Amino acid sequence: MNKQILATSLAALTLATSQVAMAARDYISVVGSSTVYPFTTTVAERFSRATQFKTPVVESTGTGGGMKLFCQGVGESTADITGASRRIKQSELEMCNGNGVDVVEVQIGYDGIVLANAKKAAPFELSRKDIFLALAKEVPNPNGSETLVANPYKTWKDVNPALPNTKIEVLGPPPTSGTRDAFAELAMEGGCKKFGWIKAMKKKDKSAYKAICHNVREDGAYVEAGENDNLIVNKLVANPNALGIFGFSFLDQNADKVQGSLIEGQAPTFDSIADQSYPVSRPLFIYVKKAHADVVPGIKQFLAEFTNERTWGDEGYLTDKGMIPLPQEKRQQIATDVRKLNALSNLAAK
Amino acid sequence: MTNLTQAQVRERIEKRLASRHRKEKLFRGLGIASIAFGVLAVVILFSDIISKGSGAFMQTAIQLEIHYDAQVLDIDKVDDESLAWANFSGVIRQALRERFPSVTSRGEKRELYTLVSSGAPFTLRDRLADDPELLGKSEKVWFAADDDVDTFVKSLKDSKEGFRGRTSEQKAGWIEQLLDSGELKKRFNTTFFTNGDSREPEQAGIRAALMGSLFTLLVTLALSFPIGVAAAIYLEEYAPKNRWTDLIEVNINNLAAVPSIVFGLLGLAIFINFFELPRSAPLVGGLVLTLMTLPTIIISSRAALKAVPPSIREAAMGMGASRMQVVFHHVLPLAMPGMLTGAIIGMAQALGETAPLLMIGMVAFIVDVPAGVTDPATVLPVQIFLWADSPERAFVERTSAAIMVLLSVLIVMNASAVLLRKKLERRW
Repeated sequence: MNKQILATSLAALTLATSQVAMAARDYISVVGSSTVYPFTTTVAERFSRATQFKTPVVESTGTGGGMKLFCQGVGESTADITGASRRIKQSELEMCNGNGVDVVEVQIGYDGIVLANAKKAAPFELSRKDIFLALAKEVPNPNGSETLVANPYKTWKDVNPALPNTKIEVLGPPPTSGTRDAFAELAMEGGCKKFGWIKAMKKKDKSAYKAICHNVREDGAYVEAGENDNLIVNKLVANPNALGIFGFSFLDQNADKVQGSLIEGQAPTFDSIADQSYPVSRPLFIYVKKAHADVVPGIKQFLAEFTNERTWGDEGYLTDKGMIPLPQEKRQQIATDVRKLNALSNLAAK
Repeated sequence: MTNLTQAQVRERIEKRLASRHRKEKLFRGLGIASIAFGVLAVVILFSDIISKGSGAFMQTAIQLEIHYDAQVLDIDKVDDESLAWANFSGVIRQALRERFPSVTSRGEKRELYTLVSSGAPFTLRDRLADDPELLGKSEKVWFAADDDVDTFVKSLKDSKEGFRGRTSEQKAGWIEQLLDSGELKKRFNTTFFTNGDSREPEQAGIRAALMGSLFTLLVTLALSFPIGVAAAIYLEEYAPKNRWTDLIEVNINNLAAVPSIVFGLLGLAIFINFFELPRSAPLVGGLVLTLMTLPTIIISSRAALKAVPPSIREAAMGMGASRMQVVFHHVLPLAMPGMLTGAIIGMAQALGETAPLLMIGMVAFIVDVPAGVTDPATVLPVQIFLWADSPERAFVERTSAAIMVLLSVLIVMNASAVLLRKKLERRW
């Protein structure tokens, strides 16, 4: 019996090693943001059905993790494409270029970030200033002087008398999430800028300005609820006094349970995000490794499928998945640029 | 104290007897209470998962009268090339328009087309490929309904209104019309067991993850069991007791407690970056999980070897057996049931692991069912994680259904371990 075990395991081993020897990657490997993941996977699936290519393998690693894998270098064991829920950072671009990776940037659409609460509670009407005052770690002194104090606000009414007298309790993603980065940048910084003297700091001391605007309070009013947006939706239903931060597609799918708060008078809807009147929306990108475009079969065709009108257009199938399309002119511009595969050299040249 | 009469002793004992019995009862009660608590927790967990997940085994389907019109399909014969080219969605759209002739405006038509799954044209393609005679003929075909329709129909049994969500009033009207005429029905969801992952819930299945788990566990078992048992035999039967073996023992015990993500990082550095094995492959997953389960198997195998009475070894030696003969003819067969238990526990642990697989690329969207250990694959717990994270409502029930599949695999594994153990034990 023992001989049998040994023999079978040996056979399995030799089989395994012989298969490795002939492995040359014939499928596209995609890594990156969990926000872009639903869209890349949808395109990957349609692409493989419409063509003879194998289905691309899409990993959900987070924006930062994806960049690291992507920028590791050129070669079969590295990813071909990475998705990002924010633009590539200068430091990441340098890391890429340092490892001999030329990247092609493709903006694919927008994603709205919503602040929502349970449907059985009254909807909130917030301004970005309210959001900043309610969630920042340090806020301008309420007495009007140009100093900072630890956030003293306990209820929404303290922040703005027009808001209800309920405890501030916001469930949102942890700092590792791209959604959190985008929320801090768009919603909180947007409100933070309303204070003239803080805005003036931006020129003098950028990092201090960023610290004031992006730091979220840690006294329990902001609850880190993990990366799973479905979990946040369920927690909101259980706790009607709380607000939650998540992506628009989750609001779209759970419209019977939660409602989006109005921000600057705008409700988060497909149209208000598309025409940019809803203020908290962010661009989504994919980055392509130029050197792989001719090596790994199907990359060019995959990009063609991605930038096709029936995919990312106003009525394309990605809109069904909750992605907000770019304006048509921009789409045409990007689609022609992608065909040329121009590498991104620095961030200013866009 | 010493000169108590027998009656006095008896009296004292009887006095304490009541309190001793009380304590006994209390202790037994506590034991029963803790078991009841455990059972209750399991019942709640299972009923929650089953009530949420049972819906996924049924899928709403729509019956349409399909006419394989060569003109609409834009082909004149059936071969591979024309099948790839043929306009099957045109045929389906035509069938939908014929079913609802009152729909005329462009917007309404667009909405009408979303009743059936976007995978429907492929169902039709497969049917025509199987039977080329169908070209030019008509037949009634069941198509999977779109996930929004599916969610709406399933929510109707909970409340009369149902969860409308993204379904417009008009669409809900069409659905009710189809329901009344029996052209819309819930049927057993075979897709769930035959397909890989998909972004469309109605086309998503567990097969790719199940096969991925199977291949990964095969590699893990094939490597970790022989290596683990060999290590245990050497350490227990041959190795001298000195500082080095003590050091090794401490390290093995330590490794058993290392967080599993660390093994993933190790796997990324060694197997993928250094040996350049493919990412997302069950081979690498199996290697990483081997590292993780080895300590468990070594420790339990050593315990099993220790439990074999020394008299057996001495008797065999006395009969002139060599050391190897002693181990392989006498000790190992006796220790095998215990070793198998350890191996099964290790395997069950490996089956439920996601963290180390993240680093080596197995947390991925896999549509094609893997056919070997180097094909890209994912595993069951990862599939559960990915579905739990998806916005589409219909994935909620599929998540629970996948958990049910994972639990049944575990039950089968554990049951076979018990059976195997019993069979081996009986021989001795």
